[in-house]
Amino acid sequence: MDLLANLGLGFDVALTPVNVLYCFVGVLLGTLVGVLPGIGPTGTVAILLPITFTLEPVTALIMLAGIYYGAQYGGSTSAILINLPGESSSAVTAIDGHQMARQGRAGQALVTAAVGSFFAGSVATLVLAVAAPPLTRIALQFGSAEYFSLIVLGLVASVALAHGSIIKALAMIVLGLLFGMVGQDLYSGQPRFTFGYFELYSGINFVSMAVGVFGVAEILRNLEDEATRSVLVKKIERLWLSKEDIRRIIMPILRATGLGSALGILPGGGHVLASFASYSLEKKLSRNEAEFGKGAIEGVAGPESANNAAAQTSFIPLMTLGIPAHPVMALIIGAFIIHGITPGPNVIRDEPALFWGVIVSMWVGNLLLLILNLPLVGLWVRMLTIPYRVLFPAIITFACIGTYSIGSNAFDIYAIALLGLVGYVLVKLDCEPAPLLLGFVLGPLLEEHLRRAMIISRGDPMTFIERPISAALLAVAVIAIVLSLMPAIRRKREEVFVEED
Amino acid sequence: MIKHFTVLAAAAAVSLAAGAAVAQDDYPTQPITMVVPFSAGGPTDTVTRLIAEPMGKALGQQFVIQNVTGAGGTVAAGQVANAEPDGYTVLMHHIGMSTAPTLYPNLPYDPLEDFETIGLVTEVPMTIVARKDFPAETLQEMIDYVKEHADEVTLANAGIGAASQLCGMLFMDAIGTQLTTVPYPGTGPALTDLVGGQVDIMCDQTTNTTGQILGGEVKAYAVTAEERLANLPDVPTTAEAGLGDFQLRIWHGLYVPAGTDPAIVEKLSSALQTALQDQNVIDRFAELGTTVVSQDRATPEAHTEMLSSQIELWAPIIKAAGVTAE
Repeated sequence: MDLLANLGLGFDVALTPVNVLYCFVGVLLGTLVGVLPGIGPTGTVAILLPITFTLEPVTALIMLAGIYYGAQYGGSTSAILINLPGESSSAVTAIDGHQMARQGRAGQALVTAAVGSFFAGSVATLVLAVAAPPLTRIALQFGSAEYFSLIVLGLVASVALAHGSIIKALAMIVLGLLFGMVGQDLYSGQPRFTFGYFELYSGINFVSMAVGVFGVAEILRNLEDEATRSVLVKKIERLWLSKEDIRRIIMPILRATGLGSALGILPGGGHVLASFASYSLEKKLSRNEAEFGKGAIEGVAGPESANNAAAQTSFIPLMTLGIPAHPVMALIIGAFIIHGITPGPNVIRDEPALFWGVIVSMWVGNLLLLILNLPLVGLWVRMLTIPYRVLFPAIITFACIGTYSIGSNAFDIYAIALLGLVGYVLVKLDCEPAPLLLGFVLGPLLEEHLRRAMIISRGDPMTFIERPISAALLAVAVIAIVLSLMPAIRRKREEVFVEED
Repeated sequence: MIKHFTVLAAAAAVSLAAGAAVAQDDYPTQPITMVVPFSAGGPTDTVTRLIAEPMGKALGQQFVIQNVTGAGGTVAAGQVANAEPDGYTVLMHHIGMSTAPTLYPNLPYDPLEDFETIGLVTEVPMTIVARKDFPAETLQEMIDYVKEHADEVTLANAGIGAASQLCGMLFMDAIGTQLTTVPYPGTGPALTDLVGGQVDIMCDQTTNTTGQILGGEVKAYAVTAEERLANLPDVPTTAEAGLGDFQLRIWHGLYVPAGTDPAIVEKLSSALQTALQDQNVIDRFAELGTTVVSQDRATPEAHTEMLSSQIELWAPIIKAAGVTAE
């Protein structure tokens, strides 16, 4: 069978000692850099990319893939431990993951993230190996009209992200949309809300936003209140999952793997939706809905698995078409070019050893990540026992260094300070930062696809319902709204409110 | 007292001047920062890293690559314009250096006044491509079809100031027909929609399209080079395809802040000329489909002239398209 022969070739390449070594070095470096607050996968890969330039092409790409997984996991680690997500995907992990850490369950949260990521990554790698070309054809059916409808569906479903007042959640989404509008308009070139600052022309940096409203706001709140701070250094009894924990994470991991794999294939923003979508889904399906936002383990298992599955399948458009689906992929394309390989549909035919070697090494990378990180969980968790007066200046310093190292732009640091204050005010008003971040990330995508779909259809809004995939997605969104307006469900939500208020 | 002070000041001035002279002779005594206005791994970054290595060898110092991103490269250029003119901060920039004054009317620097040019590094040809089922086989057929269906055909580009946007504007200018332009935030998504058949045509650098052309995912009509490219032998040049005056290439140049000592500029420029003869640079540029420029163009004089003529070329085209950030 072709697939087995190809995978065999892949294992031959990926399991040479040199490649395994560099894969491991990549995973290790990726984890270490990615765990720095404020640095997510994109930042880590950008910083470490030049290291790979001197290696053989296959080895370089294998190492880069390792860096990518390591960084992804490292980013989740800082999201869980200190509430500092480095990328939009781990922002969702921070919601329940950090609550778990505050309850002394950081070990379980980290183990869940590692196990979920490994499982999802393994399945998604297999999907990639078996069905990359046909899946690409499906993904290419998605034009702007389809993406617009998909994001609408995502936004409708994600009201579940809030675990307090729906009004406040909506207000936060709108505020996020407004922040997302800052910058030069893609279509007309007009600067919006830039107040004459050139640094704002490309919009507010995501990392500044995440570090500010999540991290700095959290630090300010911790500093003002001695009592809540002590929660962080509470005694940690155990690191491993209990039977009950395992029972609770199995289904979320399975569902999230499917959801993430499917969304990751869509190059126009699917991977961004994966962790948000998985979180909303798990919250709806869980028997412990009220626990979400307060340290529900499902809220870590789902998004982390979805995120990793999507990270994996987002290699599909890259591998089959040579087109990057997101910034990390763009960096990897750059690495292809530096090594004299023209990325494109021909790589799979002209360089089978490279293609299959990289695919197999993805799985090897996920395995190494698990082996590396399970023993490290204890070490990471001990970080929380560092006295806060030492920890918080270190967090802020590293976050600033990390943010600066990506764009070498001091303005991003000022933005952290300002957005930190904004975040602190929001915390005081009992407003959640997660919906804000959702609006910030999805708002610009929504606008971009809406306007592009309208340009292509020459201003005819019927395009959204004449195109079958778009129509189906919108229909699901409408059904979701109708369901949530139905009295029985509304009553249930009110009950949840009462419990929480 | 005053006299004494004057003597001191004069002595200080003399020693400063002497110090400066020594500095020029020794230059470079420390690593040189080369600022790239786009993120690591992109086409400009690739060109920079390829050229920085042999340039560093020629000067006996390492180049440190710093990626300063934002606002179509203007953040990086603004930073270098304000840097110390000591030769230790060098800017790599592409054609955006010449379009920024028109695209951004409030630009905080002047590309001609605030920089000394070192020289031209490379020129990347453009390819005119279409979705693979587009109903035209040659450039001429395509132009005829586009003119006939001007209100149906869509032209993709990668956003404000992108090579593909400039090329699209120039193409519409050349064929005298305005099309519906569809902007994307970057080449990746634009190319994805072209491959997926969501948009019709696009014009972009060979560095971005060669893989898709070779793989048959998009149809190529012409390349804006003087001769056919070695890695795209079946794609005619614009002259062969009957659009000879359509000659756009995405050039890259090197700059230092205004006021940098001419001797330092001279050293950097000769290092660039040496680097352009490096076999590895020649080979890799060829793989990228970029043209290695002749050495007389990699000089400060030639590049200053090119920069100012490019600024004049683009101003009316960009203004007519109405995409300035006013």
